[in-house]
Amino acid sequence: MLGLELAYWQQALIKVGAVMTVIPLGALILGYVFLLKMMSHMQSRLGPMEAGPHGTLQLLADAGKFLQKEDIFPARSDRTVFALAPVVVMVSTFLLYLVIPAGPRLIVEDLDTGVFFALAVGSLSVIGVLMAGWASASKYSLLGALRAAGQLIAYELPLVLAVVGVVVQAGTLSLQGIVHAQADGEMFGFGGIGNPYVITQFVGFLLFMVASQAELTQTPFDMPVAESELVAGYMTEYTGFRFLFFFMAEFGSAFALSAIAATLFLGGWYLPGVNGDLADYLGPLVLGGKIMFVAFLIFWFRFTYPRFREDQLQTFAWKYLIPLSLMNIVATGILKVVF
Amino acid sequence: MTTTAPASEWQQAAYIAGQAADGRVNIEIETEGMSLNIGPQHPATHGTLRIVVRLDGEQVVWAEPVCGYMHRGYEKLLEVRTYPQVNTLVNRIDWMSSFANEVPFILAAEQLMGVEAPERAQWIRTIFFEMSRIANLTLFLGDMGVQLGALTPVFYAFRDREHVLNLIESATGGRFHPNYDRVGGLKEDLPKGWVDECKGVMRRVRDFCDQMEDLLVGNEIFQTRTRGIGVITPAVALSYGLSGANLRASGVDWDLRRDEDSPLAWKHTEFKVWTHPDGDSFARYWVRLQEVRESASIIDQLLDGIPAGPIMAKVPRIIKVPAGEAWCHTENPLGEMGYYVISQGGLGPFRCKVRTASFNNISILPWLLRGVYVPDVITILASLYFILGDIDR
Repeated sequence: MLGLELAYWQQALIKVGAVMTVIPLGALILGYVFLLKMMSHMQSRLGPMEAGPHGTLQLLADAGKFLQKEDIFPARSDRTVFALAPVVVMVSTFLLYLVIPAGPRLIVEDLDTGVFFALAVGSLSVIGVLMAGWASASKYSLLGALRAAGQLIAYELPLVLAVVGVVVQAGTLSLQGIVHAQADGEMFGFGGIGNPYVITQFVGFLLFMVASQAELTQTPFDMPVAESELVAGYMTEYTGFRFLFFFMAEFGSAFALSAIAATLFLGGWYLPGVNGDLADYLGPLVLGGKIMFVAFLIFWFRFTYPRFREDQLQTFAWKYLIPLSLMNIVATGILKVVF
Repeated sequence: MTTTAPASEWQQAAYIAGQAADGRVNIEIETEGMSLNIGPQHPATHGTLRIVVRLDGEQVVWAEPVCGYMHRGYEKLLEVRTYPQVNTLVNRIDWMSSFANEVPFILAAEQLMGVEAPERAQWIRTIFFEMSRIANLTLFLGDMGVQLGALTPVFYAFRDREHVLNLIESATGGRFHPNYDRVGGLKEDLPKGWVDECKGVMRRVRDFCDQMEDLLVGNEIFQTRTRGIGVITPAVALSYGLSGANLRASGVDWDLRRDEDSPLAWKHTEFKVWTHPDGDSFARYWVRLQEVRESASIIDQLLDGIPAGPIMAKVPRIIKVPAGEAWCHTENPLGEMGYYVISQGGLGPFRCKVRTASFNNISILPWLLRGVYVPDVITILASLYFILGDIDR
């Protein structure tokens, strides 16, 4: 893009640096726009207004506060595991960003099995959650962690199966390939806006949104952190920067999963009429806009709905979501063969 | 395992059930139950109630509420206070609806003295009684959402409750603790323009009820979380001494405002006592939602017909109550609240027994919580709706 030839270690450094910037940045943007402002306005209040113009620096102030806190280990905790757990959760979020394309050439690593990789590393975080819950030596944390594990098993399946429809239609597992398939596609001979899969894979999109809501433990499915029941679930015993890690991982994954949803169903960085070099520069902005739209849906549901009970969630996943996603795959397969 | 013999019958039954659950668990998957302290510091107990539950997985096999963390010794304290001073104290029993706490005590004192407050004072008392009911129950209507995970309703509840509190403040000078009732009447008359303003606020309260109906009652998740959870049959409800909306939600048509001959002005209004046949958490929410609407309608009717006249009967400057005993109870927002006042002719009561609704309402918890899941514990606690000050006074 810039015509530079860089050594491998230089490229690697830039890539790591970019992802390390994007995670807190994404978390900050989502945290500010949705958690602080959209929620406040939905609840007929202003939210934070003092730190920075319109409260924009509030989250930075919060982060500064967290960093000053004492690093507390509960007396009976398993110190190594307790300290490691937030890092494991963070690593899962970090890996998610590797395969998300932000432009025709703007991608950290264009894996042939990008979707597969993203879905696989996305569920790594539950190991960290289990570690946190077990090492805290607190009953509330333990209950939260076990709920998170149970939830993961129920929701990983519909998430993967919802993506299968897209993969069948695009004919590739690469996220970059899926974007190209949408950009080059046409609907009934009309190729003006490409073929965003949200139209043909609408059921898949709904399933993916519901499942990622559960994957992110956002409200209708936030049993692992359920603050009115389990105080804060697996995070109960965490303070200071370790808690900050969990917080950043939560919003970082929300950002990443919104990006994956935007890539799979809304055409990713592709904007009709933008081609060539321009797409490289505009791509991140286009993708950012689509991410905000998907994240808006996620947080809208989060602030509106009450929470399911764990067994109701399992029923919902196994009795409705999984059969529906299987039917979606069958229908996609048949249509793929017919057309 | 050596344990002392449990004292009462339900403890015995719970103990056996706990042992059986332990045995079953041990044989099948070789784990043991876990006891969990919900509270005294826990977001769901909104105060300092502690509930010890014994869990098998996420299922409760045994539960016991432990109260007394906020005991302030009011009954003893009342013995060394004069009657006007008692008024300030009882405000703090159920702090969500303070004015409603004052009324039964003042009525008991008036009964002992043989004084009757003027008609206008009785009407204003009734208006404020119902306003404190609205202030209390609107918060419940929003808070139930928070307990089930929906954050937004409680902010709407706080927003609309604020209007009611402003009205109370403008007339009495106190937002939370009005201290407005006096033996023989009221502290002051209503300020100018208050009646019109009050009507506007009642419209807002009705809008709020409609909003809650859309946001929570009509929500499928809310319904699956509350329907069939914590079912109390009428016979059990009566045997545990439940009162108020908890009793009416079990299908028992019982309301002291209608059934009791009170000097207050309810007899001049028309209102419906809502009951629900189900007896579950949903029914308790629904009944309270209807009650807020009824309260708004009662206030509207009273505002239309409020008589003119004095607000204070002729009472001596220093209030001395002749010897005697009186029991006075009213239908408070949380249920039946009553004072048994024994006077020996002094400046203050010789002994005063306070009957509060929440204390009896939570006595059903060991029976009700057995066999439910942990999330349902929270639903049931929220739907029974207790105020900590009302349990430990």
